[in-house]
Amino acid sequence: MKKNFFRREGVQSLLASLICILLGLFIGYIVLLIINPKGAFTAIMTVVKNFFTYSKPSAQAKYLGNTLVKSAPLLMCALSIMFAYKVGLFNIGASGQYCAGTCACLYAALKWHWSWLGCLALAILAGAAFGAVVGLLKSYCNVNEVISGIMLNWIILYGTNMLLTQVKEPTSPYTYPVRAEAPQALLPTLGLGTIFNNNIYVTIAIPLAIIMAIAIMIILDKTRFGYELKATGFNRSAAKYCGMAEKRNIILTLAISGALAGMGASLLYQTGFVQWECTTSSVPAMGFNGIAATFLGGLNPIGTIFSSYFIQHITAGGAYVDKTMYCSQISDLISALIIYLCGFVLFLKFAMNRILDRWEEKKRLAQASAEKGGNV
Amino acid sequence: MLLLIQYTLIFSSVLILVALGGCFSEHSGVINLGLEGIMVMGGLGGALAMRYLPPDLPALAMILVVLLCAIGLGALYSSLLAIACINFKADQTIVGTALNILGTAAATVIVKAINTATNPNDVSSTIQYIRPKKSFIVNIGSFEFNWFMLIALIAVVIAYIVLYKTRFGLRLMACGEHPQAADSVGINVYKMRWYGVLISGVFGGLGGICYLLAGVSEWKFENGVAGFGFLALAVMIFGQWKPIRIAVSALLFGAFRALSNVYFGFEFLQSLNIPSTVYNMMPYIISLVVLAFTSRHSMAPKAEGIPYDKSQR
Repeated sequence: MKKNFFRREGVQSLLASLICILLGLFIGYIVLLIINPKGAFTAIMTVVKNFFTYSKPSAQAKYLGNTLVKSAPLLMCALSIMFAYKVGLFNIGASGQYCAGTCACLYAALKWHWSWLGCLALAILAGAAFGAVVGLLKSYCNVNEVISGIMLNWIILYGTNMLLTQVKEPTSPYTYPVRAEAPQALLPTLGLGTIFNNNIYVTIAIPLAIIMAIAIMIILDKTRFGYELKATGFNRSAAKYCGMAEKRNIILTLAISGALAGMGASLLYQTGFVQWECTTSSVPAMGFNGIAATFLGGLNPIGTIFSSYFIQHITAGGAYVDKTMYCSQISDLISALIIYLCGFVLFLKFAMNRILDRWEEKKRLAQASAEKGGNV
Repeated sequence: MLLLIQYTLIFSSVLILVALGGCFSEHSGVINLGLEGIMVMGGLGGALAMRYLPPDLPALAMILVVLLCAIGLGALYSSLLAIACINFKADQTIVGTALNILGTAAATVIVKAINTATNPNDVSSTIQYIRPKKSFIVNIGSFEFNWFMLIALIAVVIAYIVLYKTRFGLRLMACGEHPQAADSVGINVYKMRWYGVLISGVFGGLGGICYLLAGVSEWKFENGVAGFGFLALAVMIFGQWKPIRIAVSALLFGAFRALSNVYFGFEFLQSLNIPSTVYNMMPYIISLVVLAFTSRHSMAPKAEGIPYDKSQR
């Protein structure tokens, strides 16, 4: 019998994600209605539209570019969390590793005036180092990776603020702009900006992030290394019994995961799009939005590309809502809701399968009775 | 020195309350990573109560109403975790994390909406409670006694009695150790886990409002509670899921947190010339080190983190 279209794993994941998005937006809409019923619909449409609020195509292209620039690091954070999650680890420390990457690449660029490749490499190393710390604690001391990740997040945040204060502008809490002070550290653009109405911030970061997504997919699905990692995630004891170095695998996984997050930071800060604020009092939201993107993408690297874009799209869209009535955090609220709803994905798939079961059962019964009728 | 003791006690009270919340939830078999979000929500409930209550209310009434609001909102919010993790068997880590992010985001949106509604130019997410705060504080000489210190002490005693000396507590722990066995003798595991999570919501909410009242007299909700919910989880692990040990370890952690507030009051610490950031990092570093040494032989409830499925052995 031909397999039902809706029974496919990919189709079900996609449907579940779409349901999560719609429900998330709907609840967000209700919240807006409660705050101020007058402009609620316009506001939620603004969040969804993002740069489409501009009528000129040239402006649209430019702001699409800006959204993409910020999607690249988000994709890297999402990949970081996804990679660890595939191995059964929840790397909530991605925000901290991202922060460490920020610190490393900005410090190297502004203080030591390294070239872009060196800064990128240092950011990757910094992220990997902190990821490895979490891995070491997990494998040798049995420390829950979520708790050690959070602790490291705060330690790294304070450390970053302390270090980057050395390269901040004297009159503001921000670090020196990379574009003016350290142009050698900017990522090469390869003329990609011309597609987006000469957006100078569009660099190789965007294709690089997508390439990383594909590489992660290949590593996880097509190599022995990826298979070993996943086996360790399914059952640590069984992996050890089969002769896999389960401790090494856990440390490696978290180091790679950290490296991805650290690289994400470099992909944003080395475009010169943003500056680090040295009085930042909370861990960068990038890592947490990455969690949303990971689960919304159905834990699939390719799905993650689209979900990262979507999350960044609504986050950027939040900036356009009417500030006299609402605040831009409404999009944070929506992405948080989406993560919460993603917890129900398993149940959604179960429900879908049950509906399909009933439907097929009914069809079979109808067929059987029709055949019976024919025989008489 | 007195100031150090005062801050140590108040921060320990926060940690004790929240860690006890985590303790109840984990003994019932649900890992509550959403404590941070629950704290924010509880804090929001209390702060809103303080904002809207007339400030000349008698102290006792003020305290009771604020506590009830914090407890109510905390418990209500924790039911989001309960329904997802117990009834829908969702991944407890994801849902807990979602609650943390949602807590801060929702509190920010709500407070900003309220602030903007009263004054269109006010887009901050800050609530002030300078006068109502006085109801919670009794000055004994130069020592500021905060009622929460007493509440935390009572909470420890109650938690100990409930967990070890009552039928309810023993049944609750059975659900965290071996839910199938508990079910086979007629205990409703789902109900017990609901109780566990709701109790953690109550304690989390209390801890949240306590944290807001600890040092400052206004709160910016965009900042959340700076990882305190997770520090409380570390305290709980260090306390090996036992109320009395939790109280002792909370004192240790509280002392380090307090140092970052008052280190400039000590001459020998000032002469060391360590940047203040290092003191801010201290509680987190200490908890990492402590966790590294204590997690190996952890006495965690055996079935925590695993959704209960009746059809499994």
